[in-house]
Amino acid sequence: MKKNIFYSILFLFFLFIFSIFYKGLDNSNIYTTEKIKNENLSAFISKELFSNEQFDSNDIIKVNKFTIINIWSSWCIPCKQEHSVLMDLKEKTNINIIGLNYKDKKNNAINFINKLGNPFSKILTDPDGVISISLGAYGVPETFLINNESNVIRKYIGPLTHDNILEIINLIKS
Amino acid sequence: MRIIKIILLIFFLILSFQKLLIANDNSMIIDKISKNLRCLICQGQSVYDSQSDFALSMKLLIKNKIENGESEDQIYDYLKNQYGEWIVYDPEFDKKNLILWAFPLLLFIFGGILIYKKVFIN
Repeated sequence: MKKNIFYSILFLFFLFIFSIFYKGLDNSNIYTTEKIKNENLSAFISKELFSNEQFDSNDIIKVNKFTIINIWSSWCIPCKQEHSVLMDLKEKTNINIIGLNYKDKKNNAINFINKLGNPFSKILTDPDGVISISLGAYGVPETFLINNESNVIRKYIGPLTHDNILEIINLIKS
Repeated sequence: MRIIKIILLIFFLILSFQKLLIANDNSMIIDKISKNLRCLICQGQSVYDSQSDFALSMKLLIKNKIENGESEDQIYDYLKNQYGEWIVYDPEFDKKNLILWAFPLLLFIFGGILIYKKVFIN
């Protein structure tokens, strides 16, 4: 009798462990920072790609109700694919899109823009990648939708899709 | 003559090491911090080990922050805020991992009781 109770407890214990591990199989192991939205985007100072003029991010963000910051690079293949989506977004809304050119050569970046069009109102440069890291970026491309108080409303890792655009349009309407 | 040469040699040797030590003061703390950070886009590497764009920029950011006079803890807090707790190798004690921290201790106590019973009571 005592032995039976012991074995049934043991059985339940292993069943418990098994169910936990089995459930754990469904969890994705890929870590992304997509869900982490720190309340305030840290301010940065950077030079514009074409004019070489220096800008403070706070001054740019303050002006419009919503701003999009898109981290891109001419050497990044998904950015090329994303570019048409950004052009589309520019056409559909008059939202202020700021490009942050990540670890790029000036000539390559300018060629990229000349070839594929310029959806950005300003392109700020980030030659050593420090600004992107300080914003909490994971890689290129990455997009932040922020309001005029520098609060991050939505963050997209990887290239933007047309579905993302619809979501952005809905978000800035409300 | 020879003694003077040797003394001079030792003198400059010490001098050169001193310079090395001073120059490495900042890089030592950068190394220490980056060893405690997980490179998020690499597999199983710390920021210190990795040569990826992400890690190189991260090291630069740490360097800038150190030069701005920020402390080690401030940098960890900043990065945890940006990238989540996953970025540091040392998990914090909270409700979610309470069992993980407490379970070995419980087992230890349980085992202690068993041994105590066996040795002293029987």
